[in-house]
Amino acid sequence: MLEALFQYEFLQNAFIVGIFIGLIAPLLGVFIVVRRLSLIADALSHVTLAGIAASLLVQKTFVMGATFNPIYLGMAFSVAGSLFIEKLRTVYKHYQELAIPIILSGGIGLSVIFISLADGFNTDLFSYLFGSVSAVSRTDVWTISIIFFIVFAVIFLLYKEWFILSFDEEYAQASGVKVRVLHFVFIVLVALVIAASMRIVGILLVSSLMTLPVAASIRIAKGFKQALWLSVLFGELAVIVGLFLSYYLNLAPGGTIVLLAVCILIGAIVWRKWKRG
Amino acid sequence: MDDILRIEDVSFRYDDEDVLQHIHFRVPKGAFVGLVGPNGSGKSTLLKCILRLLKPQTGRIFLFGTPIEQFKDWHKIGFVSQKANSFNTGFPATVYEVVASGLAGKLGLFRRLKKSDEKAVYEAIDAVGMSPFIHRNIGELSGGQQQRVFIARAIVSQPEFLILDEPTVGVDVHHVQSFYDMLERLNKQHHMTLLLVTHDIGTITEKVTHVACLNKHLHFHGSVQQFAQLKTEDLASFYGHHLHLLAHDHA
Repeated sequence: MLEALFQYEFLQNAFIVGIFIGLIAPLLGVFIVVRRLSLIADALSHVTLAGIAASLLVQKTFVMGATFNPIYLGMAFSVAGSLFIEKLRTVYKHYQELAIPIILSGGIGLSVIFISLADGFNTDLFSYLFGSVSAVSRTDVWTISIIFFIVFAVIFLLYKEWFILSFDEEYAQASGVKVRVLHFVFIVLVALVIAASMRIVGILLVSSLMTLPVAASIRIAKGFKQALWLSVLFGELAVIVGLFLSYYLNLAPGGTIVLLAVCILIGAIVWRKWKRG
Repeated sequence: MDDILRIEDVSFRYDDEDVLQHIHFRVPKGAFVGLVGPNGSGKSTLLKCILRLLKPQTGRIFLFGTPIEQFKDWHKIGFVSQKANSFNTGFPATVYEVVASGLAGKLGLFRRLKKSDEKAVYEAIDAVGMSPFIHRNIGELSGGQQQRVFIARAIVSQPEFLILDEPTVGVDVHHVQSFYDMLERLNKQHHMTLLLVTHDIGTITEKVTHVACLNKHLHFHGSVQQFAQLKTEDLASFYGHHLHLLAHDHA
């Protein structure tokens, strides 16, 4: 495998992107899970699918569109979806969770229309749905690297504000913390990370990379910082081992990574039970 | 005496329901004010207006002499919410992390904790007697211990004014007395101004310096000595039912 890794550019791309998203997806996922927003990732991934399907339609319809990278429209749809969720959460103050099924079903509806206009499913779309080792291009690597550095820098700089916002929103507001701005930045970053992760794990499984390592870490972590580091460790473990296995066994990387993350989660649950006697 | 808080003719309504009507109220510097009233009397709403969580339809609020809209020094105010009793107990945060989060407002954006801030966190935890639990997750503590942690979070930025919204709800009855003793210590030894919202008239009259009685209108506002001279009928008029104030030695 190491030999192949040095030999093939597509494998290098997949591993670089894998290592980046194995870090930022669980890191952001910790804040998503503790704020009980796990389903937001699912809703946004379905909106991203609409963006990807729209790109495939553009590629098919316009000659100039053939070189158009679907990740950009995927990101644009995801960010627009995140802003729309925020708007809906303000409109339905007492039913904020309603925003998620609205966006989720809207995303699927749009996707289905774009897919049918593009004459149905093709291999490209399948690689976006379930992830692919060979689909990651050098352009994707650069785009995802930029997202990685933005997300990492923002989490580093806004850590204490996001912590207080996640733990006790009312207290954060009473302390003079700019809650709305912080939440806006947070949800836009979630949208970007989802769009970035879809190449490797696939749109349908992307939310699991943000939640499964976190679900395992909060079973055993002492404190929030430890939960963050353990989530990253579990995420990286699932992504790197998952990519190796998917290459050797010719499996879809998304499914392999997610199943490994499930195994880690079961391990964490058993370990905690065993430790408590 | 300087006023830490001044409320002038504040009214607030939720949809069609008047919750606060023409409230005039002041908290002098160094006072320990008990704000009492029956359920639904508008106590928590008034606190939310003071903390800018709600905007009153009419009237003005001044903090440290500054209109609330222009007030920036939120680190001068500590807040212990009623909601502290219903937070996410599965949240993976240690006592240290929760208390340190109380410095977020004081530090401002992008600034991280310095050595002196870390020392302040240890001192605040020590002040509420929670040092042995400093590395425990908050969800593993009892209701009384959690409430002490939230007090530590509120005082870690060394606020001049501490606001508490029914902080003893859900706290073990054995810990209520020591909790009030701690508040009295903060007021007398650390010269902190306190505004305590509570149902528990009996206990607070032993600790507070001033009492305010709210039931949509402010029915009484004066020293604890003046409050003790109120007649049963006066109390009943604002509580809406017959009430006797009995002195006792227990929490």
